[in-house]
Amino acid sequence: MNTTSSALAQQIVVPNVGWRRRITDHLMTGVAVLTVVLVLAPLFAIFAYLVYKGIGSINLAFLTQTPKPVGEPGGGMANAIVGTAVILAIASLLGVPFGIGAGVFLAEYGRNRYGDAVRFVADVLNGVPSIVIGIVAYGLVVVRQKHFSALAGGVALAIMMVPTIARTTEQMLLLVPQAIREAAYGLGVSRWRTTLSITLRTATSGIITGAMLAFARVAGETAPLLFTAFGNQFWNRDINQPTAALSLQIFNYAISPFDEWHRQAWAGALVLIVLIVTAVASVRFVVRRGKLAGA
Amino acid sequence: MSNQALPRPNFSPPAPEQGHRAALKLESTTAPLLQGKVSDVPDALFAWAMRLCGLAVVALLGLIVYELIVGSQLSWHAFGWKFFGLSDWNPVEDQYGALPFIYGTVVSSILALVIAVPLAVGVAVFITEMCPVALRGILSFTTELLAAIPSVIYGLWAIFVLVPIMREYVQPVFAKTLGWTGLFTGPSYGIGMMTAGVILAIMIIPIISSITREVLAVVPQHQREAVLALGSTRWEMIRVGVLRNARAGIVGAVILGLGRALGETMAVTMVIGNRPEIAKSLFAPGYTMASVLANEFSEATGDLYLSALIEIGLALFLVTIVVNTLARLMVWSVTRGHPAKGIA
Repeated sequence: MNTTSSALAQQIVVPNVGWRRRITDHLMTGVAVLTVVLVLAPLFAIFAYLVYKGIGSINLAFLTQTPKPVGEPGGGMANAIVGTAVILAIASLLGVPFGIGAGVFLAEYGRNRYGDAVRFVADVLNGVPSIVIGIVAYGLVVVRQKHFSALAGGVALAIMMVPTIARTTEQMLLLVPQAIREAAYGLGVSRWRTTLSITLRTATSGIITGAMLAFARVAGETAPLLFTAFGNQFWNRDINQPTAALSLQIFNYAISPFDEWHRQAWAGALVLIVLIVTAVASVRFVVRRGKLAGA
Repeated sequence: MSNQALPRPNFSPPAPEQGHRAALKLESTTAPLLQGKVSDVPDALFAWAMRLCGLAVVALLGLIVYELIVGSQLSWHAFGWKFFGLSDWNPVEDQYGALPFIYGTVVSSILALVIAVPLAVGVAVFITEMCPVALRGILSFTTELLAAIPSVIYGLWAIFVLVPIMREYVQPVFAKTLGWTGLFTGPSYGIGMMTAGVILAIMIIPIISSITREVLAVVPQHQREAVLALGSTRWEMIRVGVLRNARAGIVGAVILGLGRALGETMAVTMVIGNRPEIAKSLFAPGYTMASVLANEFSEATGDLYLSALIEIGLALFLVTIVVNTLARLMVWSVTRGHPAKGIA
């Protein structure tokens, strides 16, 4: 549809159009090109700066050591990298099963008013500012445990993952042709077995895509971790204790007045963005190759 | 938003109860052939487990509302509606008024929209109506890449790159040419409301432009052809045939962008200056609802202090819900009835 539209517009020869209209046409094309340039400029600037500032600061020490006190050069973000991994693991363990379950509900049992209600609520949850989710996780976990913890950070991020995963899972399940389900029912397979071993399996790659996108979205989140995971300058192996996270460390270092910390903030940002871009790119790769067969 | 973009199979799904019964009916007819009865206990269990997951989503929203309302009780009883009208924020004397933060959130978001809307719509129009097909995929992928960058990295970049640019080059020009309006006066620190608006604009462009693209794609092809057949130029075709038809949807996309801007936290916190004052000049530092939460929540010592912060969170939550619902309805009013065709 679009293909034809622009092909149409480009081929068409407009005869005898006054110079004023012709110039306006060219002018507006120029304006549109200019907007594209203006929008893409910050994108390239950000990536260029990340690589330029970050790459020089990433070394073995950065990846293996904990932060040094102010004034001492060196040190790294190893604890923050591990902390981010731990928090994300907790978030995925809590959020992915519920998200997929809610998606199955929406696709298989929710083609009615209750489903519509859940769908609407999921969309509303998607728009809730992440800092507000942080307050909720604070009230739910931190207040009860009486201290900040990786668990609280994981809960906050899990809350953010559930609605996203629910909606993508639903879309992917709806792509599975009804005939496949009916074929299974026709063989006498019960409904739950059909859903688990036929429908969900057919949609696996799409569901993984949705989960990875949700994962990438929360991986760089900072606001909900500020008063849940809180951050930590040292190694911490207990998920019930305050834990460092890459995004928190970047924030704290960026607003500090020390050059050495600024340098490390850039390095941390580069590590974080590489993590996220890898996740998103691998998702695109998987989707290209494994797009639902037959759908 | 992206749910509209995926092609849906064209079948009418059975209502769950019917589908369930149909399945059972099938089972009962095939059961004798299979020499065994299929129990429906696991089926019911599975169905209820899935319903529970669906319920969990609703419960999450309930939990958020509950936590925010309970947490803000103290402040609500102490200040009532006045909380949103007072501009005094003084933790030492336990005096809390949210007006400076509301002002900062509103002004920075409006500023972001003023900058972002023309750019985002321009990009969307270019991608759907003007650009060569080969470029289309690359351009939409790169603009969406902007949305994948974490907020804290935008903030980092803004502190070290955008702020100096604003301070040295942009703000002096505005002060010289538009200083008489009173909006661009005072010392230009670089850090302040204006820079916050710029970084917010960069962050909300991808969402506005991707939804505008979806909306433009469902404008019927014959609208374009009809306008072209009248002898119009391409721009006239876009203006009369496309943009006019997609108006409501574009407004929806803009409001969705507004919802994003209102709740954006980290990047704004890093460049807005964090001073709870209401200043006319956009060069002056300000504070937003989200950034006061980010800065002060974990250090709030008194119960009333914490409660006042949670009340700000509650207000932010309610506003974003209203804004997002409004936006969804507007986008839906344009894209409804065109679920699959034309968007790929």
